[in-house]
Amino acid sequence: MIIQLIKIFVKQFLTFIKKEFYHVFRDKKTLLMLFGLPIVQIVLFGFALTNEIKESKIVVCDYAKDAASRQIITQLDASRNFEIEKTILTHQQIENSFKEGKAKLIIVFPANFNDDLLHLKKAQVQVIADASDPNTANTLTNYVTNIINGYQKELSQNDPVPYQIITETRMLYNPELKGATNFVPGVMALVLMLISVLMTSVSIVREKELGTMEILLVSPVSPFMVIISKAVPYFALSLVNLTVILLLSVFLLDMPFNGSVLLLFAESSLLIITALSLGLLISNSTASQQTAMLISLMAMLIPTMMLTGFMFPIENMPWPLQMISNIVPSKWYYIIVKSIMIKGLGFSAVWKETLILLGMTIFLLALSFKKFKIRLQ
Amino acid sequence: MRTLKFLLQKEFKQIFRNKSLLPMIFAMPIIQLLIMPLAADYEVKNINISIVDHDHSSYSQKMVSKIISSGYFKLADHGSSFSDAFKQIESDRSDLILEIPAQFEANLVRENQQKLFIAVNAINGTKANLGGAYLSNIIKDYNDNIRLEWNQPARNNVSPVVEVTSSNWFNPFMNYRFFMVPGILVILVTMVCAYMCSLNIVKEKEIGTIEQINVTPVKKHLFILAKLIPFWVIGMIVFTIGLFFVGRLFYDIVPAGSILLLYGFLSLYLVALLGFGLLLSTFSETQQQAMSVAFFFIMIFILMSGLFTSVDSMPAWAKVIAKCNPVTYFIEVMRMVVLKGSGFSEIKNQFLIMAGFAFIFNTAAILNYKKTN
Repeated sequence: MIIQLIKIFVKQFLTFIKKEFYHVFRDKKTLLMLFGLPIVQIVLFGFALTNEIKESKIVVCDYAKDAASRQIITQLDASRNFEIEKTILTHQQIENSFKEGKAKLIIVFPANFNDDLLHLKKAQVQVIADASDPNTANTLTNYVTNIINGYQKELSQNDPVPYQIITETRMLYNPELKGATNFVPGVMALVLMLISVLMTSVSIVREKELGTMEILLVSPVSPFMVIISKAVPYFALSLVNLTVILLLSVFLLDMPFNGSVLLLFAESSLLIITALSLGLLISNSTASQQTAMLISLMAMLIPTMMLTGFMFPIENMPWPLQMISNIVPSKWYYIIVKSIMIKGLGFSAVWKETLILLGMTIFLLALSFKKFKIRLQ
Repeated sequence: MRTLKFLLQKEFKQIFRNKSLLPMIFAMPIIQLLIMPLAADYEVKNINISIVDHDHSSYSQKMVSKIISSGYFKLADHGSSFSDAFKQIESDRSDLILEIPAQFEANLVRENQQKLFIAVNAINGTKANLGGAYLSNIIKDYNDNIRLEWNQPARNNVSPVVEVTSSNWFNPFMNYRFFMVPGILVILVTMVCAYMCSLNIVKEKEIGTIEQINVTPVKKHLFILAKLIPFWVIGMIVFTIGLFFVGRLFYDIVPAGSILLLYGFLSLYLVALLGFGLLLSTFSETQQQAMSVAFFFIMIFILMSGLFTSVDSMPAWAKVIAKCNPVTYFIEVMRMVVLKGSGFSEIKNQFLIMAGFAFIFNTAAILNYKKTN
């Protein structure tokens, strides 16, 4: 008797899941987006996003045109951080070239640079930065100062330096300082989470809007199963996406993979389930697809992007924002991915983050069941 | 003209009737603009450092206190085992390890040379690079102090010095928010208009009310115009609130250039953007489709616009994509006009390109919109 009940129950559930799969697979355009989007985005952003400052346009105004200034300019030219243009600009012209966005930084060598350096033992170089972008200005000024300091060191190399402390720096995990190592886990978290939320957030509200919800509600399947069966196809699709994303990031973007693949899949599934529960909650609490989509995109896109921690370091943020970042699931997933993929750590290193994601999932699911109305108005 | 008036009346009524939509359109961009720029801070500070001191000499202690008092570093852990310090790195409690070898002080004095080992967590390459550089600079400074202590000032002063004086124009206090707020405002206006606009026609398709319009004698371009104008107005309002209310009052940002110029560019930009939204909606049958396509493009628009990472640093093929992105130009213009006070002659290229976008998107949308199935 009980076995038979369970059989009926399983059969009903499977039928519902089948129905949902039909819904998803019938809509070819959405399906194409669902698969195409993560691939394009991971490749595009994996290659294009970097915090490095490269090939910045800088102008060198060399009033000295002597041996010393030329040597420094050659060294600047050799760096791939700059794209150098040599002209003489007046004060007004400098301002104009900043305003037109033609230069990010201007270096001025005064006349008699080499003479001052050799005879007065002291010469000046002026660096003017377009600080409307403070980060670039700061970094470029640092680069230029370093190159000039290096030149100065060459000059004084003949004298033996006493009591010298030499520093030997080792870059762990990412010796080439590639941007992708930081950005790919972040983009993974972003894409996996947003797609799962977006797709499920319309699922239930759509049936409400089109009027088919009534049919589901009068069926013998429990409301619990109605909700779960909505999420199952998207869970399956997200796992496929995850596999593709991982393959691309390892084979195309050269990401290291030092930890356990199985563990990463398990953790990713957890994030997907968290995101799906969030989507279901949005879907259960809104009345129209439009509102649901705007919440899952407008309200979530920028906060998720900025509070995951891959764009801006979270420890720099004011504390209220640090608190808010704790409720962003992708932040925890980002930490997990970095630990497993790059640092090659095991479960013992990420159990806290896992527990937090698990807690979020249970909370979101419980809330969305509570919000699910079995009566129409 | 009369037809347009009635159509507009219908559109505005539909937008303002939906009470759950209104806060999404007006309140959310403003709230995000108030909060999110505070999160954008690239400055490398608060680097957590683990110190492994095998020496415990007065030199090593002086050096450590100099590093901590520099303000860039926070002491996470001070021990005498490298593997303990490495565990701190693994668990993200520390970003950097400085290892001081045994007999550091003695060897420095006796052999004139001594090595220090630095290990940096380089997952975030930029942060690692800067952190390592700061630490090396502080150690160099400390090194100079030691030399002075052993008094050989005469020799050191002989070597020539190149003094680098740097000045920062347009934003002398290096306030990162001045840079981020205009950019984020652009993105918020873009999101509101693009999403709303691309969903609008599709919604009528999905619910079936588009049939009722298609059987009326309303002309194609009038119908599309009536769909565009409300969102154009909304875009203008959101931008105005963002610029004057949030930017001016909250972040103290006073545009250095002409406000008229900003609005001129904004109105052109909105035409281009709304044309894009319409084009998306003519391609889709359901809101879900329109939304996933819009999401795809908005993600690319945001991340490839130079908002967070500079376009100059991208590989050549990615620069081409950034150049085909209308958002790139608006962010550029915003930052140029607001921060540097650029005039029309400096941004006329961007005006021309944006006019091109507006023309292409809208023509394509009108051509692609069919009144019959």
